[in-house]
Amino acid sequence: MANTAGHPESPHGAPDGTRRDFMFLATGAGLAVGAGALAWPFVASMAPDAETIAAGAPLEVDLTPIQEGQIVNVFWRGKLIFVRNRTEKEVKEASEVKLADLIDPQADSARVKQGHAKWLVVYGNCTHLGCVPIGHQGQYEGWSCPCHGSLYDTSGRVRRGPAPTNLPIPPYVFESDSKIRIGEEGGKAVA
Amino acid sequence: MSAHGNTYVPKSALAKWFESRLPLIGLVHSSFVSFPVPRNLNYFWTFGAILIAMLVSQIVTGIWLAMHYDPSAANAFNSVEHIMRDVNYGWLLRYMHANGASMFFVAVYVHIFRALYYGSYKAPREVLYILGVIIYLLMMATAFLGYTLPWGQMSFWGATVITSILGAIPVVGETIQSLLWGGYSVGSPTLNRFFSLHYLLPFMITGVVVLHVWALHVTGQNNPAGIPIKSGKDAVAFTPYATVKDVFASVVFFAFFAYWIFYQPNYLGHADNYVPANPAVTPAHIVPEWYFLPFYAILRAVPDKLGGVILMFSAVLILALAPWLDTSRVRSCNYRPIYRQFFWLFLVVCVLLGWLGAKPPEGGYVIAARICTAYYFLHFLLVMPLVGLFETPKALPGSILETVTGPGKQVSGSGMPIGAAAAPSSKG
Amino acid sequence: MKTTRVLAASLLAAVMSVTVASADEGTPHPPREKWSFAGIFGRFDQAQLQRGFQVYKEVCSSCHGMSLVRFRNLAEAGGPGFSAGQVKELAAQYKVKEQNDAGEDVDRPARAADAFPSPFPNEKAAAAANGGKAPPDFSVLAKARTYERGFPLFVIDALPFVGYSEQGVDYIHALLNGYEDPPAGKEIPTGTYYNKYYAGHLIAMPKPISDGQVTYAKNDKGEPVVPETTEQYSHDVAAFMAWAAEPHMMARKALGLRVILFLLVLSGLLYYVKKKIWAKVGGEVHGLQPELHKTY
Repeated sequence: MANTAGHPESPHGAPDGTRRDFMFLATGAGLAVGAGALAWPFVASMAPDAETIAAGAPLEVDLTPIQEGQIVNVFWRGKLIFVRNRTEKEVKEASEVKLADLIDPQADSARVKQGHAKWLVVYGNCTHLGCVPIGHQGQYEGWSCPCHGSLYDTSGRVRRGPAPTNLPIPPYVFESDSKIRIGEEGGKAVA
Repeated sequence: MSAHGNTYVPKSALAKWFESRLPLIGLVHSSFVSFPVPRNLNYFWTFGAILIAMLVSQIVTGIWLAMHYDPSAANAFNSVEHIMRDVNYGWLLRYMHANGASMFFVAVYVHIFRALYYGSYKAPREVLYILGVIIYLLMMATAFLGYTLPWGQMSFWGATVITSILGAIPVVGETIQSLLWGGYSVGSPTLNRFFSLHYLLPFMITGVVVLHVWALHVTGQNNPAGIPIKSGKDAVAFTPYATVKDVFASVVFFAFFAYWIFYQPNYLGHADNYVPANPAVTPAHIVPEWYFLPFYAILRAVPDKLGGVILMFSAVLILALAPWLDTSRVRSCNYRPIYRQFFWLFLVVCVLLGWLGAKPPEGGYVIAARICTAYYFLHFLLVMPLVGLFETPKALPGSILETVTGPGKQVSGSGMPIGAAAAPSSKG
Repeated sequence: MKTTRVLAASLLAAVMSVTVASADEGTPHPPREKWSFAGIFGRFDQAQLQRGFQVYKEVCSSCHGMSLVRFRNLAEAGGPGFSAGQVKELAAQYKVKEQNDAGEDVDRPARAADAFPSPFPNEKAAAAANGGKAPPDFSVLAKARTYERGFPLFVIDALPFVGYSEQGVDYIHALLNGYEDPPAGKEIPTGTYYNKYYAGHLIAMPKPISDGQVTYAKNDKGEPVVPETTEQYSHDVAAFMAWAAEPHMMARKALGLRVILFLLVLSGLLYYVKKKIWAKVGGEVHGLQPELHKTY
């Protein structure tokens, strides 16, 4: 444009300038809106598809085969979840820890469902960088992460860094004393 | 990249610093902003921009489809249906890509016939034109590879038939065939490598397009009068004049494109391709996509396998010889009263060949296909050289400006500054 | 000049129409039916899709699978419009195979996320149980069937408002109504049946449905809403198959209208802008060959 004689789209000066300016602006806006709208399906198509979402429906886990002291791995929405049948000793240790001693203070009772204190259900990836901690290991006999040495107790709480937070609790409910549904909370499947 | 000097002057300190190290902005400026465009270009000249838009559209939708597609014989068909059913807007992406291929060919055929009508292949634009023929060849290869990917009946049998064509090549044919197949017949390894090549070729096309545009900006554009830019009055600046016209034409073309995507998404395809590939059953009518039909008709017009293959490939390659077969000193058919009639005949013959390519190879269809094939080649080998020698062209206008305003009249506005519009070298 | 163009055009038309006459003998074209989902403003009729699904479930599904359709699809927008609860209940009537923790295949009730289980464990079993030819899967069958329309109809079919893209469902409807007695003297091999609309007329599927075979839900007064005839069944099941093959059709057509209108308005604006810009250099000359329209 710089070296051509006319500046036809220059915004001022022409006699019919106002109407023309408006039309030029409208056209520019139209092109911008069109480009934006065109980008949307491309972005949306990268979000989880209907199949993936449908496969993420709540998952039932039967607790009967899980022996006391045993940790069982289940997958929900592609994520690893530990279901741990804790011994009385483990529950006792977990509930007696002083909150002040914790990196991410949280009572054991807040991490299990009422009346089901022996069952701990936590996501199975270290909160540091996502490695899978090994069960029944480390000083606190909860989990020990092989990657960077984070230690968790029998409540899945981080006791030694570098992990910043406790192992999170997935949404789940007890359907009966021996059956849980992962992915459901307050009677409704989570989004 | 430009023959008319760099007129870009960087303003900011940063721009100056960058420009003295890599004159990229200046390059873009001289190619797409200050580049002199003949002022008499009609809408057929917007198809270059439309083709670039289609190339971008195909590459982008293709990359997005590849995020969801599975190139294995066992899963390809279902993964395409997964895209159609479960991926958010997957149906839109797939229909854009499938119909986009057809629209790409619609645009390229307009572009090619425009070049043939206005003599855009003639000196000094031979290299520009041959690069175009190479792009066309690469497009055909890409489209063929892409059509096998949904792994329906037409995909499978199209791949089988076309790779069998290559098997007709003497001595090396069977080796080429088995290298393409990666097995003893078309199968999963074939599909997988076709996917790989289908992803590769568009980037090669992009590379040749860059050369094509480069060559264009060395010689300058041809125009309906077929005479070179002689003064600044003959030209306007690419931006805003050609830019706004190209954008307008592209939006109109996209409205046309959208009609196919949303209302006739399967019209240009084949119903049989919604049947999963089955090596035990060949569909009743096996025909290629519409854009290959003229060549398919030529292939079948010859009763000999090797002969048909040679003729079919020659039909594409002979395009590249047009600059030397055409003996006329005038470019544009507007000034060639006799050749112009042959041009229209040639166009009709191409359309007829396309229609015959979709018909079963029997009876009257074969005879018609042979007559049309004969004319197709005679047009290049006989009509182009002879008419050029014997025809008396009409008087050419004195300048491009004259074709717009009539002789001797002035026009309001100034066009390009004279100095900026150095005319590209030309024999015309 | 003009004469050549006229000549060329008539040559084109002549060759095409002469050759058309010789094409496609023997199999009649399926009659063209009315479909609620045809055309630019076409929409699926929910009640029809539900009836069509009933026909599929009670009749066709004993031989034909629909492996790409999931139960959940039946509750998705633009489809038969069953509720999530209905779908869950429906799915639970089917059994799907699952591997248990011991690594054994066990049956479990299907869930909304599962695909329709196929009636045969695999293609070979399907073929073996059906005289050597596996019944085709229904998922995309409505798009996989068509018939030749010939010149010039195939050109008109592509156009807006007069266009036609329901060849597949017309063919399915015709096929279901095409069973008749073979012409005198025609030999019918064992395991095949005579059908007017099937290419070659000898189809491996016996007449699948007859009048009164499926009982549709009645309205409040206990009267039938639609007749319980083969004609009606075939319409309904074909419409259902059209939806199964293209579950996003309604979303596609609705979005298309908006996109095309937007592009037309935008091109109007751009045309104005282009005119204003070109006015600076004295305007632009349009047309294929502007020079020819001028006198020098």
